[in-house]
Amino acid sequence: MLSQSAFDGLLAILWPLFFGTVAFFMFRAGGDPDTLVYASLGAAVMGVWTATSVSAGSALQRQRWHGTLELLVAAPTHFSLTLLSMTVATSTIGVYCMAGTLFWGRVVFGIELPLEEPLALAVAIPATIVSIGLLGFLLSVTFARYRTAWTLGAMLEYPVWLIGGFLVPLTLFPGWVRPISWALAPTWGMNAIRDAATGSGSAWPDVAMCVVLGAAYTATGVLLTNRILFAARQRATLSLT
Amino acid sequence: MTSLRIFAIGGLMSFRALFGFMSPWIYIPTLVVTPLFQILLFVFIGRSAGVESDTFYVVGNAIQYSSVPCLFAMTFTIAGERFNQTLGPVLVSPAGRLPLFLGRSLPVIVNGAFVGALSFTLGSLVLGVTVPASAVAPLALVIVLASASCTGLGLVLAGIGLRVREQAVMLNIVFGLLLIFTGANVPIEQLPEWMEAISRILPFTHAIEAGREVVAGSGLGDVSGLLLRELAIGVVYAVFGYRFLRFMERQGRIHATLERA
Repeated sequence: MLSQSAFDGLLAILWPLFFGTVAFFMFRAGGDPDTLVYASLGAAVMGVWTATSVSAGSALQRQRWHGTLELLVAAPTHFSLTLLSMTVATSTIGVYCMAGTLFWGRVVFGIELPLEEPLALAVAIPATIVSIGLLGFLLSVTFARYRTAWTLGAMLEYPVWLIGGFLVPLTLFPGWVRPISWALAPTWGMNAIRDAATGSGSAWPDVAMCVVLGAAYTATGVLLTNRILFAARQRATLSLT
Repeated sequence: MTSLRIFAIGGLMSFRALFGFMSPWIYIPTLVVTPLFQILLFVFIGRSAGVESDTFYVVGNAIQYSSVPCLFAMTFTIAGERFNQTLGPVLVSPAGRLPLFLGRSLPVIVNGAFVGALSFTLGSLVLGVTVPASAVAPLALVIVLASASCTGLGLVLAGIGLRVREQAVMLNIVFGLLLIFTGANVPIEQLPEWMEAISRILPFTHAIEAGREVVAGSGLGDVSGLLLRELAIGVVYAVFGYRFLRFMERQGRIHATLERA
């Protein structure tokens, strides 16, 4: 994170914990122990998306505020690479959130996580985190011309938690929601982590979908970056002032 | 008359000056769309867990989300002055502090109530939650009371904001605690006893309970006890918040930290 503040780091860990805690209470009241395991894994990955969405939304804006956007764009390194490293780096903050949420669920709510396929889990977690970072990259480019992009990043937090199947099975949603969910790497990443942890299915196809979608986000993001930078240079609107 | 002018006109001008950046491009994503998705999130978790009804979560989250405008705006009426380097001139002015601070809270309460009411309306429309016509006015009163009560807590946090640099982080943490403790999503009887005890002294807890009863068909008289307790909690927070602000102001003068925090 660009922030030097320990408070920001603390919030990144605490924020998904608040929602996870409420979800744990709700699922515990439901009385089915399997749903608690489901919720615990989902709440753990929620933090990865939170860490990414807000930061990605404001990634470009932050450079504008700091007066470094023009320098980064003018540098010989392709701007996509610069932006990509920022969004993937912020998504890795989610590792702390994951660890914190799983620890909280274990200690406070006594949720014991199964570990049926350790190798698949060891691959699924980084694949999910990186693919979420790549989705963040696509978002940050898409919002490049939007002056208050940080609000969009924050606004997308709950919807992706919801339709990514983090806490709620996709079968509960209307049919038209599912194609949107399938286009989101977090949905497949979440499936992969659950399958690997509980052994309810093979995690590898879901991991493969994460990789494919991540590659698609990257390719689309790079093309968009070129297009947006070209347009911004033509109209002298890079700084949006 | 001067105090009244500071309270009404000063409060409104301050709100307009400090929150002039709240264009529709910011207001709609943060205070219209996000609360709707918070409602949907918990409604679907509730359906998945097989616990409470949709109405339970619509009422709870609509009222709880009004904490965002109430807490953030109230705290930033102080922090915003510092950011704009006008805190010093405001505090050296001879204006009475009571109308000064309370005047700033009035637009915050109105905005908080609007966000709560809009969230409830949108959530109900999307999820097909129906409310008897007779419940509309009592529910509106409940939402206004909840906003006022939470703004009292906002005054306390504004005092802390005179010394704490990371107000946004602090406010997000308080928002999260209110989400857990106020019964917005989990009936407080299902919480551990110590948590339930804390719930009883927080803003929103009684208002959310009253809101649910009103929507279920109870009259204002039936929930008057809950509303009085919500009001009392808000008044206690407001009085404490005012005194705490004065204390922190004095501390800021003594240690020359008003502009430095």
